[in-house]
Amino acid sequence: MAKKIDSAYTKRSDGRKFDELRPITAKVGVVPSSDGSAMYQSGKTRAIAVVRGPRTLHPKHMENPQRGILRVTYQMMAFSVWDRIKPGNSRRSQEISKVTEWAFDEIVDLDAFPNSVVDVIIQIPQADAGTRVAGINAAVMALAQAGVPMKELISAVAIGKMDKTLVADVNKEEEDFEEGEGATDIPIALTSRSNKIALLQLDGKISIPELREVIQMAKKACSKINDIQVKALKEPGKEIKG
Amino acid sequence: MTEEIIIPNLQRKRIIECLNSGKRFDNRKFEEYREIVADLNISENAEGSCSVKMGNTEVYAGVKLSVVEPYPDGPNEGTLSVGMEMGPMADDVFQNGPPTIEAIEVARVIDRGIRESKLIDFEKLCIKPGEKVWQVSVDLYAVNNDGNLLDAAGLAAIVALANAKLSVYNEEEERVEHELSKNPVPIKKENLAFNITVHKVGDVFLIDPTKEEETLSEYRLSMALSDNEGHPRITAMQKGKDGGISEEDMEKILKLVEDNFSEIYKKLSKVVWGK
Repeated sequence: MAKKIDSAYTKRSDGRKFDELRPITAKVGVVPSSDGSAMYQSGKTRAIAVVRGPRTLHPKHMENPQRGILRVTYQMMAFSVWDRIKPGNSRRSQEISKVTEWAFDEIVDLDAFPNSVVDVIIQIPQADAGTRVAGINAAVMALAQAGVPMKELISAVAIGKMDKTLVADVNKEEEDFEEGEGATDIPIALTSRSNKIALLQLDGKISIPELREVIQMAKKACSKINDIQVKALKEPGKEIKG
Repeated sequence: MTEEIIIPNLQRKRIIECLNSGKRFDNRKFEEYREIVADLNISENAEGSCSVKMGNTEVYAGVKLSVVEPYPDGPNEGTLSVGMEMGPMADDVFQNGPPTIEAIEVARVIDRGIRESKLIDFEKLCIKPGEKVWQVSVDLYAVNNDGNLLDAAGLAAIVALANAKLSVYNEEEERVEHELSKNPVPIKKENLAFNITVHKVGDVFLIDPTKEEETLSEYRLSMALSDNEGHPRITAMQKGKDGGISEEDMEKILKLVEDNFSEIYKKLSKVVWGK
C-alpha cells in the first residue's frame, strides 16, 4: 500500500495507518440462555450475536424438508446512534439480515436438520460504522459455539475509499468524508480457508483496479480478524483483544 | 404470540415442595435479590445508557432526548416515553416482531413507576412553554431472560436516567446538537422509586424469581416504592397474571414489603449511585 496516490485523504482522522484496523475486542459466551453467543467490538462499534437452534420453524410454510434453514435478524438498538432509531425492523435492517443470511449460507451445513431453523440474532448497542460486518464477525463465533456444522469460518471488514485512498475498517467520520471523490463504503466478508467472497456491497464509485486492491486489503484484514475469532472461541468467557 | 415456558410436572412439584419447605433452589432468602451488576455507558451515542445484570437476567437501557411540542395539558412539562423489547435474543420463546402484550405491560409498569414517583423534574425539561420541551425516551432491551425482567428493566431504566446528560440545544438554530452538555437530566433523588415485584409461588411469597420460579408464579404484585423516612411509599402498583389475592395473602405481601424495604432500597440505591 506504499504507492504514492494523489488523494485528498492523506491522513486518517484517528491516526491509524491506512490498512490498520481499529482495536478489536471479541468474547464468546455473553448470553447464557442461548445455544451460542458472542460479542465483537471494533473501535466503538459493538455487536452482540446470539444463536438459537436448530429448532422448530415457525411459520411452518417456510420449512424445507431437504435441510434446515438459517434465519438472521439484524437490528440496531434505539440508542446505538445519535438520532434515535425506532425499535424493530426497518427496510435497511431487513436487507442487512438477508445479505448476512446469504453470507452464512455459504458455510453452514444444515443438511442434518430438515424442517428446522437456526436463528441468528444480531443486535448493535453502539454504532460507529461497520455494524453489519461487526455483526457477521460476532455471529460466526456464536454459530461455532452453538456447534452448528460449518465448513469454515467467516470474517468481515468494511473497506473504504476516501477520495482515492483505500482504508481498512471505516469509522463513521470517514464514512461521511466528502472531499474529492468522497467516501466509498465496501463491506466484504471472506471465508477463512477458501477466501470466497460471502458478502459484498458497495456504495460510492470505484475503478476495477481499485476494486482488486480492495479485495487484497480485505483479505489481509480478515485474516487478522480470523485469528482473534479463533482465539476467542478457544477461550469462551474471556475478552480477547487485538 | 409468546409461547408459555413448559416445566415438567415433576420439576414443578419439586420446586414448589422446596419453596413450601422454606428453601429456594439457589439458597436465597425469599426477600433477597440476586447479585446485581450495572455497567454504565454501553452506548456513547446515548444521553445515558447501561446494562443491568440481575443474576443471569440482563437488560440494556438507553436514554435518548429529542425536542417535541408539549402536550396541551402540560405546556411547561417535558415528556417521557418508555419502550421494552423482548426479542429472540433473550429467550427461546421470545419472537421477532412488534412488542407483545408482555413487553408492553413491562414498559407501561416501568413508565408509571417513573412518572408517578415524580423522579424526573418535568418542568425543568421545558425549553419554550407551549412550544418546545424535551422528550425523554427510555429504550429497554432484554438481552438474557432468567426471570424477573420486570424489576431488572425497571432498575436499568433508572440507572440510565440517573446517569444521563442533556444534549446541547442550539437556541439560535432551534436544533439539538450532536453533543452532550454538562447538565444532567433533572431528577429528584429523594423521589427515587424502585419497581419491586412480589410473586406468589406455591404457598410462599418471594421477590426476584428465577425463570423457573416465575413460570410457577400464581400471580405477581408490582409496586413502585420510594423512601419516606425509612418507610415505603407506594406510587404505582399492578397485579399481574390471573390469580386472585386473598385478604390474608395481601397482608403477607405488605408485611414482606414493610419488613424488608430498607434493606432492598439500600441495595438497589447502591446500584444506581454506586455507593
